[in-house]
Amino acid sequence: MFNYVTMSKKVYIGCGAGFAGDRYDASIPIVEDFKSINEPKYLMFEVLAERTLAIAQQYRINDNTKGYSPYLDYYIKPVLEDCLEHKIKIISNMGAANPLGAAKRIVEIAKEKNIRKPKIAVVLGDDILNYMSEKDILNSPTMEGLDIKNSKITAANVYLGAFPIANALKKDVDIVIVGRSVDSALALGPLIHEFDWDAKNLNMLSSGTICGHLLECGAQVTGAYFADPGFKDVPDLFNVGFPIAEFHENGDFFITKPKNTGGLVNKATITEQLLYETHNPNEYIVPDVVADMSKLNLLEKEPNKVLVKGAVGHKKPELLKATICSESGFMGEAEMSYAGPNALQRAKLAIEVIEKRIQKIGLQGKTRFDIIGAGSVHFSSSEENTYNNELDGDYRIRSAGFFENKEDAEQFVAETYSLYCSGPSAGGGARTSITKETSTASILIDRNIVEPQIKIEII
Amino acid sequence: MLHKIKLPVHSIAHGRAGDKGDVSNVSLIAYNKFGWENIRENATEDIVLSIFKHLGATSVKRYELPNLMALNFVVQNALGGGVNSSLRLDRHGKTLSSYLLYHLILNVSLDMMPNNSPYREKFK
Repeated sequence: MFNYVTMSKKVYIGCGAGFAGDRYDASIPIVEDFKSINEPKYLMFEVLAERTLAIAQQYRINDNTKGYSPYLDYYIKPVLEDCLEHKIKIISNMGAANPLGAAKRIVEIAKEKNIRKPKIAVVLGDDILNYMSEKDILNSPTMEGLDIKNSKITAANVYLGAFPIANALKKDVDIVIVGRSVDSALALGPLIHEFDWDAKNLNMLSSGTICGHLLECGAQVTGAYFADPGFKDVPDLFNVGFPIAEFHENGDFFITKPKNTGGLVNKATITEQLLYETHNPNEYIVPDVVADMSKLNLLEKEPNKVLVKGAVGHKKPELLKATICSESGFMGEAEMSYAGPNALQRAKLAIEVIEKRIQKIGLQGKTRFDIIGAGSVHFSSSEENTYNNELDGDYRIRSAGFFENKEDAEQFVAETYSLYCSGPSAGGGARTSITKETSTASILIDRNIVEPQIKIEII
Repeated sequence: MLHKIKLPVHSIAHGRAGDKGDVSNVSLIAYNKFGWENIRENATEDIVLSIFKHLGATSVKRYELPNLMALNFVVQNALGGGVNSSLRLDRHGKTLSSYLLYHLILNVSLDMMPNNSPYREKFK
């Protein structure tokens, strides 16, 4: 029996954010716990969604000091001083479209706070527009998403693996900033560095990837996005603790959460997150390994602490995935509420009015209408609805449409807004919004094109 | 033989939905081994496809994880184009897990449920 208390080197990794817009103060309890730990400890922030890069590229084009995560200040400021003082290394994809800009901003924050200048490594090479022609990008095999052959590309980034992060850590830095990399690499990178794994340690790379996959969505593994009152109760969800992994050199790891926090870690919370955004669990593909989850075992060792063991790894893929973003017009959305007696019929009449008005004025675009409260996420107003909806109640219509021009999107939402005076009885609470849309596609690129382009810069 | 009644699979399993492009994956995780035997036998690809058909689903592939008493369903074309091209309110299809938990009806006995399940009332 392996003795987890005394025998092995341990590495601690906490996750302070699982998406752009996650709780800004979530990392504080992790950092508090880490202060009393003397083993290597890391804090990862995952804040880069698929489409975020297109928006970030636009910021960078408008101002070349910008283009990193707009949330950087919110996540870094509360913990930078403690992390530097207690040797907690920060690993994040806050770099987005401008990783060097992100590093410079962190140096500025340190200066503003009057603390020592952090040494930051920046991983470059994910932006394939820097070394591939637009023609070559558009001619690459498409994995998923829309046909992009005739699109204007606004961002094109390949998902890097964990070895660049591990190599960056060799330079004895406090912080590693990346742009696009697979989310799980934010955890696997530190593990490769600390345990000195090479590319052939497939089972270890697999275990580190699965560990990163469990951490990368923050509190989704510690009871958040899980709670279902009466069926799956979670204590103090408002104060949910973000996850900490305790990784051992034999490849087994624990998932737990900080002291004095709410939330729940058990086999059920881990299993839900394990399969989140997973397709074939025998083949979870990342640049460094193909991870196999099928032999995993979970053991509840103590309350809120689960042992994960049994990861198997297979040879890494030859092709890497890249996300291509392109502009795709505008979405108009508008809502209006109808409540009280016969509200459902008034909501239906409202939708009929909008549909006929659009036809009359000749507005061209893909549209959709929902009645919120009568099956809006599982059906639309035109689909057969299997929930029992009363005629009296509290309903809200929603109209949504895609248009090439902003003016058409504005005209579209105006047709819902004008229901105030020109629609059925007693509509209220109208809201409208226009959003610039980005569409994405995934392509596959030979890793031999990408790997020579990966560089590490020290700030 | 324990008495069985028809109930939503929510009574014996939980799950979560994720998205990649226009592909949704919905997990179904049993609370115990009796529930696991039930979903393993009865939550078939065909039934799950029929449940998501009205959303445009064209095929379903099922994966089994016996160690974790979990099934993973990969559902093609159920997201109205995916997060970037869907006009749906829930562009990611995050609520599809609850749709499956409610609409997949199975024959359920008490031993398949967690001890504190509110569904136990249905057997009284």
